[in-house]
Amino acid sequence: MLDNLPVLSLITFAPLVGALVVLLLPAARSNWLRSVAIIFTVIPLVLSLWLFAAYHPSSGGGAYSEQATWLSIPLNIETFKAVDSLKLVFDYHLAVDGISLPLVLLTSIVSTMSVLASVHIRKRWKTYYSLFLLLLTGIYGVFLARDLVLFFIFFEVTLIPMFFLIGIWGYYGREKAATRFLIYNGLGSAAMLLAFLILIGTLGFSMADGSNLSFTGNYDVLLSNLSNPNAWANIDAAEMRGFGIFLTDNARWAAFLLLLIAFGIKVPIFPFHTWMLRVHTEAPPAVVMIHSGILLKMGVYGLIRFVLFLFPEQSHSWSTVLAILGVVNILYGAVLACVQREFKLVLAYSSISHMGIVLLGIASLGEVGLQGALFQSVSHGLISALLFLIVGSLYERTNTTQLDELGGLAKAVPFTSGILLLGGLASLGLPGLSGFVGEFLSFLGLFGSMKWLTAIGVLGILFAAVYVLRSILNITYGALPERFADMKDARFVEALPMIALAALIVLLGVYPSILTDLMQHGFDGLLEQLQTRVGG
Amino acid sequence: MEALQTLTWSDTWYLSPELVLSGFAIALALLDLFLPKQVNRNVIGWLTLAGLICAGVCVVLLLLSLGDGTEVNSAEPFHSLLGGSYRIDNFGNLLKLVFLGSAGFIVFSSLGTVKDEDVPIKGEMYYLVLPATLGAMVMSSSGDLLTLFVGLELLSITSYILVAVRKNNRISSEAAFKYVVTGGAASAFILYGMSFLYGITGSTNIALIYDGLNSAIENSEALLYISFFLMIAGFAVKLALAPFHAWASDVYQGAPTPVTSFLAVVAKGAAFAMLYRIFMGTAFFAIGSTGFIQKDIFLGLAVLAAAAMIVGTAGALRQRNVKRLLALSGVANAGILLTPLALSLTQFHTSMFSEFIYYFIAYAFMNIGVFSVLTIVSRDSGNETLSGFAGLYHRAPWTAAAAVVLLCSLAGLPVTGGFFGKLFILFGTIQTHTYWLGAIMLATTVVSYAVYFTLIRQMFMRSGELDTGLKMTFPAGITIWICTIATLALGFFPVPILNWINDVFSIQFDFLVFRG
Repeated sequence: MLDNLPVLSLITFAPLVGALVVLLLPAARSNWLRSVAIIFTVIPLVLSLWLFAAYHPSSGGGAYSEQATWLSIPLNIETFKAVDSLKLVFDYHLAVDGISLPLVLLTSIVSTMSVLASVHIRKRWKTYYSLFLLLLTGIYGVFLARDLVLFFIFFEVTLIPMFFLIGIWGYYGREKAATRFLIYNGLGSAAMLLAFLILIGTLGFSMADGSNLSFTGNYDVLLSNLSNPNAWANIDAAEMRGFGIFLTDNARWAAFLLLLIAFGIKVPIFPFHTWMLRVHTEAPPAVVMIHSGILLKMGVYGLIRFVLFLFPEQSHSWSTVLAILGVVNILYGAVLACVQREFKLVLAYSSISHMGIVLLGIASLGEVGLQGALFQSVSHGLISALLFLIVGSLYERTNTTQLDELGGLAKAVPFTSGILLLGGLASLGLPGLSGFVGEFLSFLGLFGSMKWLTAIGVLGILFAAVYVLRSILNITYGALPERFADMKDARFVEALPMIALAALIVLLGVYPSILTDLMQHGFDGLLEQLQTRVGG
Repeated sequence: MEALQTLTWSDTWYLSPELVLSGFAIALALLDLFLPKQVNRNVIGWLTLAGLICAGVCVVLLLLSLGDGTEVNSAEPFHSLLGGSYRIDNFGNLLKLVFLGSAGFIVFSSLGTVKDEDVPIKGEMYYLVLPATLGAMVMSSSGDLLTLFVGLELLSITSYILVAVRKNNRISSEAAFKYVVTGGAASAFILYGMSFLYGITGSTNIALIYDGLNSAIENSEALLYISFFLMIAGFAVKLALAPFHAWASDVYQGAPTPVTSFLAVVAKGAAFAMLYRIFMGTAFFAIGSTGFIQKDIFLGLAVLAAAAMIVGTAGALRQRNVKRLLALSGVANAGILLTPLALSLTQFHTSMFSEFIYYFIAYAFMNIGVFSVLTIVSRDSGNETLSGFAGLYHRAPWTAAAAVVLLCSLAGLPVTGGFFGKLFILFGTIQTHTYWLGAIMLATTVVSYAVYFTLIRQMFMRSGELDTGLKMTFPAGITIWICTIATLALGFFPVPILNWINDVFSIQFDFLVFRG
């Protein structure tokens, strides 16, 4: 039934339609606004679950791909002889494969839980829900777009709603956090755009029947030009006599580094992480669920899709650097998480540590490690969404997230405390829960090539046990402060997303092949490139 | 030298937009004089608008009557009057259309919005827009240094008066005085630079200068450099490019807001038109003994553009007064608008006029929109600082939303006209391998987020002193919405307008280079 529909466009733009519907509703009807927001968040969930069921890893996602020319801009050709047309072409191109599908699923699940968790939002619902839905369109677009400019636009579209979501509904330091978020990510986007334009201006060049020239941002074209030694971009600069479409080695390295910085800020890689600490502590928990659960994964996705696939040689020669960055992230995050007094900061540093494991998986440049990186991204998305969901519920009741002020909550809110323990155990990598699988695969992947770095990285897991247990015991055990005595446990609307996320974490831990099967052929192209270009 | 060519009656058709404007200007000046004091001067405003619209219709008709030089459309691609000193071509017509449209929106949005206490001589403020626009049109349509200069002075002198129409306001008079002094000095620089061009080639006609340059260049290369750099300095003042921008903040602050937006859009655009006329007509393909002189001119312009972006953005960061903030944002934008002209002079040799005019149109819409919002807000709150915008979301959510779109466009965020305008110019820097300029443009764009989002933060995250609804006037509201929708439309559908510009515009016919 769904086969003939543009499923990917529906997934991407359903939330946008929802945002427009929300804008037309009266601002005072919070229930209507909430229901519409939930409906338009669930539509992509249903569609992506269908996609998940119908997707065959061996045949790839080609059947769902949508492509049309969006912009075809004529450039001036009066100074060129024998040229009929010179165009700058940007496509509307959405596609799905083994790398993007897990992240689309993650987005649809986490966003649904987050919209449910938005009950705690107390003011300006109409603006909140319309921005929330706009943000979702941006995220889906990022994971599905296959044209560089389209990707960039979706990437930027996530910035504006996030700025408002942090700045209006956040805690005390919200405005500073919002501005810092905007500037850091803006810098990342600027680096990305420069790199993209360099690629479009070189790899994107093609010539049809000798006199119709074009520059395109289509990812597939770039990828095939990259490996084609006869492509214009790969021809020696001296032969081109000043016609600037060749891609020199320096330009390649520059683009590689720019993209590494761009996505490194998003991941975030140490030392570009300061903005994300503030977002974690200042944004409302429902928004942090999206931020920590999904937005950080946009960085991982970008690293795999653009850095690894487009620059296999550069990535290969920098794989040690990537691994070192990963280890630094792991240890820096883990050590600092051990000494925080604010639970949200513990979680923020733990995110940095976990994203370091993802970097290790990426640095391995092998099938196992890459699958581990992606698995770890999905798993961390679910776990941190769950933990921040609980943070939101606890803050509603206690008005604090300082570890010193909390305690004994296991007596007052046994259900929430139980789920918190489960989330914590998943986060420290207990076998049988999803966190273990991702970490295991990532470390395993890297162990073959860099034994020492892997060994140092594994230390992070020890620290994880320390900081997770320390903070959870602090919250749930001990004497219950008097003022929490008549606290009530989670309501149904809060419990539902908690149960759902916890169930998924257990499911992925027990039965990881649901996800690894999906990814199976996702990295084929990259591995092939690595084989032929770098010689394994 | 050809025999002197005189105007004939049949030429009046080609001059109709200019004639309509001067006719209206004279008639309205007299009307203002003889109309009894108690009559509301908005009448003059509406008549000014009518004049601009009539002239606009004439320009459209002229634009349609010109061909594009291909076999398909065999009509003449341009018409030259008075021995080539005045030219009716697509370059001029495109820009005239933008100028008339912008002036029209500015006049329309100020109808009933500008308070009598603020501008006691409103009639004058309205009808002086006509000669100023006329000057801008002459600047975009002349093929001769002298005619260009006449246009420049017509625009400049009327602008000096326009800045001073807040008669009871000390800042306004001070601004006008500063503007006269710096503007006058700039004109002198330009004229001095032009005199060298005349001295070297013996002609003031740009086409003849182009012919004469390559033979004269061997003996007088140094003079040519002096000439170009004097002119660049003069234009840099007119365009408010850093480090020649110091007057801009004061003048923008002193002038009534509609006049400020006229200066930011029409006056700036006209200076760009003149710069294009002179530089594309002479520097493009000018060859010196050591290779291309244009390479050095390119470098000069590119450095100036980069400096403007950096200084404008950095200065705007600390600005609390919104008008001064927009003045500095205008400095940064002038740098961006200068980039395509600079890039046209690299060895890669291509015209980037479409990129320029596309961003200029987007720039016009977003500036007029933002200035209209500012007029309305400052009229209500009585101050032009950032805090006047505080809590605008609570008072007028839709106006605040429109302002967000306009500011996002200024910041170059998608999906807006400002985003694509910057993207195309940026792609030009990549195409010509001028990576450093592209990097500066991107970096300053990111810093400018902080500038524009300060305003957005005031509107959405602070609460202001006033909690009554915003008093919106009908014309200003319409203008804001048209500008917002146009900004979005330019973002989602940039192709039709770029296709059209590419079809009608040609450096061969409009700048007379490559005549074979």
